[in-house]
Amino acid sequence: MLNQGIADIARALVSGEYSSVEITQAYLDQIALHNGELNAFITVTPEQALAQAAAADQVRASGNAGVFTGVPIAHKDIFCTAGVRTSCGSRMLDNFIAPYNATVVEKLLNAGAVMLGKTNMDEFAMGSSNETSYYGPVKNPWNRTLVPGGSSGGSAAAVSGQLCPAATATDTGGSIRQPASFCGLTGIKPTYGRVSRWGMIAFASSLDQAGTLTRTAEDAAIMLGIMAGFDPKDSTSVDLPVPDYCAQLNKPLHGLRIGIPRQHFAQGLKPEVEIQIRAALHEFEKLGATIKEISLDNSHYSVAAYYVIAPAEASANLSRYDGVRFGYRCAKPVDLEDMYKRSRGEGFGAEVKRRIMIGTYALSAGYYDAYYIKAQKVRRLIKDDFVHAFTEVDVIMGPTSPHTAFPLGAKTKDPVAMYLEDIYTIAVNLAGLPGISIPAGMVNGLPVGLQIVGRDFDEAKLLNIAHMFQQATAWHLLTPGA
Amino acid sequence: MAITLEDVENIAHLARLQLSPTEKQEALSSITNILQVIDQMQSINTTGVEPLAHAYEAAQRLRDDVVTEKDQRITLLALAPSTQRGLFLVPKVLE
Repeated sequence: MLNQGIADIARALVSGEYSSVEITQAYLDQIALHNGELNAFITVTPEQALAQAAAADQVRASGNAGVFTGVPIAHKDIFCTAGVRTSCGSRMLDNFIAPYNATVVEKLLNAGAVMLGKTNMDEFAMGSSNETSYYGPVKNPWNRTLVPGGSSGGSAAAVSGQLCPAATATDTGGSIRQPASFCGLTGIKPTYGRVSRWGMIAFASSLDQAGTLTRTAEDAAIMLGIMAGFDPKDSTSVDLPVPDYCAQLNKPLHGLRIGIPRQHFAQGLKPEVEIQIRAALHEFEKLGATIKEISLDNSHYSVAAYYVIAPAEASANLSRYDGVRFGYRCAKPVDLEDMYKRSRGEGFGAEVKRRIMIGTYALSAGYYDAYYIKAQKVRRLIKDDFVHAFTEVDVIMGPTSPHTAFPLGAKTKDPVAMYLEDIYTIAVNLAGLPGISIPAGMVNGLPVGLQIVGRDFDEAKLLNIAHMFQQATAWHLLTPGA
Repeated sequence: MAITLEDVENIAHLARLQLSPTEKQEALSSITNILQVIDQMQSINTTGVEPLAHAYEAAQRLRDDVVTEKDQRITLLALAPSTQRGLFLVPKVLE
């Protein structure tokens, strides 16, 4: 029963095949067996999980269960959870126990979800391999010498490795979609503003967005339907009704206009990955879609613009970690400046310090126009490319990543190589658009992800397209070691 | 734009980050490489392009000026590394 998803478990709980306590215990047993090696969880919460599961079983017995009642999930350790440590993968927050739940956590809790624990991640979500975590790297369940991707690598490895059926995640430049691609999962990054950021530890506030890592598009539709919606506590939350995503699955794809950006099929894309992606695109043609080549002229510059904008926002966001109100404080500070500098120098890891410095530099006097304003202008050009493309096509498709999962340690010494990991995903965040990665093939026993990008608030369309593909193919059903 | 070790030290000071000599050297080398990537932007003509700070150029939403937070003084102080009589404690600021 451990290769099941949310929908499967929901059905089994309704039919009485097993109870929430039983399925929760089964996953806790899996975690106890395999987390030592995968390192997908930073914190496991067995007592709370079993108590929540028992409560969910009671709710069901009383006839008040919803679709999510009693379904166990995991939260990326970037979401604040009242009473349970929220580390954000950092020594800085190793002792931080939030006094409140993030809106995403609260909504899932209210829907009856059971929390198994908090998943590993790149420190402050800065990384593409889950190797910058203070709690050590996560291993890819498909091959434990490889990375799971990042920054939501713990969530991806936990779902893929069958330690939980689904997990929350966040995506600032590709941190849901790239791990989904590397671990053979469905990962959706909704439109900026669709899901509340309240209680989600900030990295780059104009780019951060919460989403899901699941086995199927149907599971993503169920889970996103609960997470999405207006939240007055997030000033950039968008006040639009949330469609019933599940009700919009199973719509035929006849007449769907797919754009494929030539820049995403250019030099750098591994030929064996391209073959799989082209085959997946052909599958969509068989489902009645038409394919047209498009151009995203400025996409080549998205990594450059992102590595100004994201670090600039991060340097401001992370200035709150000062050793005064919460988080790490160095031993025996001699004065205030010494306390700030050593608390931050010791509390942050190398990649976080690097990005804070890039951001500080880009925002400093004399460089602000050349870097920060320039990057914002490039950001507009990148967004305009998408606006133009969407006058001709309904969705944009291509590879999520130029390659499959790479070996642990392969890129840790070369930040630029790591940054280029997100070459196909970053522009989507800069433009604020929704994107989903779905399993679309295999290369040498490793999953390949197809990225589908839509117009603002087109999550329902993306989920339906992904679902229809999954009705016609079986890539999403493959599991590691099976 | 090339940066020097002095630039790294200045940035680290502005960001209030203590770096070891090894970390400074590493920062110099990696930031130099990253700036080379970033500098690719300079080749794009952006004359007349308005900067885009945010994917949605909506105005900041306002709410009524009423208290929404409850008093969490004790809870929040409990998170601090050092407190005294209901206050956050920091090293001496004034001699």
